Amino acid sequence: MSRPVTFRRRARRELSTPKPAAVGRAARRFTGQRQWAVDDFVAMEATRDRGRQIRLHTLANLHHYLDRFADSVERAGGRVLWAADAAEANRMIGRLVGDDRNKLVIKSKSMVTEELELLPYLEGQGHTVVETDLGEFIVQIAGDHPSHIIAPVMHLTRQDVGALFQEQLGMPYTDDPSTLTQMARRHLRRYFLTADVGISGVNMGIAETGSIITITNEGNGWLTTAAPRMHIAVMGMERLVPTFADAATIVEILARSATGQRLSVYTNVVTGPRRTGDPDGPDELVVVIVDNGRSRVLRSEAAEILACIRCGACLNVCPVFRAVGGHAYGQVYAGPVGAVLAPGMADFQEWADLPYASSLCGACREVCPVRIDIPKLLVDQRVRATAENDPFRWMGPGMAIYRQAGKRPTLWKTLLGAGRMAGRVKKEGEWFHRLPFHTKAWTHSRDFPPPATQSFRQWWKENRDGT
Amino acid sequence: MSTRMSETVQLFVTCVVDAIFPQVGRDVVEELERNGDRVEFPPDQTCCGQPAYNAGRPREAVEVLIHNLEVLDRTEGPIVIPSGSCADFIIHHGPRLVSSEAPGQAGLAKRAAGRVREFTSHVVEKRGEDIGRGDQATGQAGGVPKRRAFYHPSCHALRGLGLRKEGEDLLESVAGVERVEIEDAEECCGFGGLFALEMPEVSTEIMNTKLDRLEEAGVEMLVGADASCLMHLEGGLRRRRSAIQVLHIASALASDRPPPEGDRGSGR
Repeated sequence: MSRPVTFRRRARRELSTPKPAAVGRAARRFTGQRQWAVDDFVAMEATRDRGRQIRLHTLANLHHYLDRFADSVERAGGRVLWAADAAEANRMIGRLVGDDRNKLVIKSKSMVTEELELLPYLEGQGHTVVETDLGEFIVQIAGDHPSHIIAPVMHLTRQDVGALFQEQLGMPYTDDPSTLTQMARRHLRRYFLTADVGISGVNMGIAETGSIITITNEGNGWLTTAAPRMHIAVMGMERLVPTFADAATIVEILARSATGQRLSVYTNVVTGPRRTGDPDGPDELVVVIVDNGRSRVLRSEAAEILACIRCGACLNVCPVFRAVGGHAYGQVYAGPVGAVLAPGMADFQEWADLPYASSLCGACREVCPVRIDIPKLLVDQRVRATAENDPFRWMGPGMAIYRQAGKRPTLWKTLLGAGRMAGRVKKEGEWFHRLPFHTKAWTHSRDFPPPATQSFRQWWKENRDGT
Repeated sequence: MSTRMSETVQLFVTCVVDAIFPQVGRDVVEELERNGDRVEFPPDQTCCGQPAYNAGRPREAVEVLIHNLEVLDRTEGPIVIPSGSCADFIIHHGPRLVSSEAPGQAGLAKRAAGRVREFTSHVVEKRGEDIGRGDQATGQAGGVPKRRAFYHPSCHALRGLGLRKEGEDLLESVAGVERVEIEDAEECCGFGGLFALEMPEVSTEIMNTKLDRLEEAGVEMLVGADASCLMHLEGGLRRRRSAIQVLHIASALASDRPPPEGDRGSGR
């Protein structure tokens, strides 16, 4: 079975670059800010509970709420399209943008369009697509990929960005973040005013009103959805809440968990296209609801991961993510949530090693605003992996011995004895510098202790038994 | 003095302590007895099953777990485990694993889960008021500078069982030791069981962050309550030729007492 590029190999590649250091610093800063925001909000724990209820209730009744949402969008004057997979979504969006070439499309931040690879698709159709989120814009001009759900350029330093602006935009070098932001803003403004189509993601769709919520800190989301003639909102099919009040609950925990803000700078609510008398807004609003593997996840043992509200807190706190950054995960969704989501949504066989990219330390479960038991889901995915495409097949024989010896004390004791024999090659207090075969992965960076010359159970038997 | 009920406890010593760090087991026994417990060691115990469970092999895990639960079920009293990870596994994961893989044995898993006590929490409970504060107030211990010690709150004790202060308080009760903090103290050490073999470079990178933090803070002693995390960290420290000493909390407590008759090993 082919396992083209594994997490381990990608992680090794990332570790050989300076990227992880930047990620580690930024991720720890986010976690610190989150803690501040959580301590600041007395009702945080209760709101997390409520948020969890809302999300689980929505998932349990997803098709009902999807129907209601679609009805509400249409009642508000919008259109709804359903895409089963990435190819269909791209075709639909391509048709909406238009057959005549060279339309100008502006985009606000969206993970689902990353998942679809919509940008290269539209460019291939001859259109010009401009990312308007600062992070996504940087990713675009760098020809790179986002490395974090909410902070796409977490892997870059401001010096990297300064050099990039100089190189790609011909701007004088600076690494001052606010000057860089001003430069990007000036560069982008003209596109906002002339774009034909605005494409946004959706943080939440509200079933009762057909509203779409996009949350940003830059205001680009608002311009993208309001300025062009047509607004295409691309939404993962699970991103729903039943009511406006439910959306407010999620908003309370989202920014706090994500960036440690009480509220993001812009919480943008769009309900239908421009109505007569409205000063602005698009003439046409189309919501493209994307499945692309989500139904499969919903039917699987990992369904709960769809409750995720995409705050990124689990990435920030994860020791693995902090160590290697988002690109090691090899696809759009990094960190603990990605390690569950990606194998479920895409070809499981191809991503079967991602659930092993975790020490199961439990930090993700602790910060998840909707209390998803991510470590449990990771273990469940490992169960599936061992059955379908075991990334660590070499462990099989060892596990078979463990299974037999673990329930047969006599055999267990025999193995302990064999271990002691192996340990005899070392002098008292000396550890192994090199172990053989697959266990050499341990001594790659660590010494390993020899088994004791007298096991605890022997000591007990000789000294304490019968007392 | 606190009220010390004399009770019989079952020691589930863990496979790592049994085979590699038996001195930790002996120090555990000594501490328990010092607090009035009568210690029994069911000799047919092997391992809790967690390695197989975490590897995504529930069949293997449940068979090993059930064997051990049956061994323990034939005994009475609290089951003391000198490992937050193994204790968390039997308390929280065992019942779920057994009820899905061997539903007929669900009662067995529940009974054991109710009896398990992680070592530090059991000792703190036993010592009660009498836990002792060592000599934390001063920087000197009888004219000798105190040794700077960090208590590593391993993940499953911390996040699975909600324990951290227990171990820290016990460490502070040890004379001649000053407990110090490091940055990102609650971050994982990178061990993660078989994770250390499956993803060695990532495991190492996480470990190195931890070891750097220890060195930055001028830590002289690394103390914890999970022998396997400590084995990983000590392995890394030895490779660095670091002078930081690694000690299980049971051995740190034992070092605070005059050695009993007979020889004492090297601590761990």
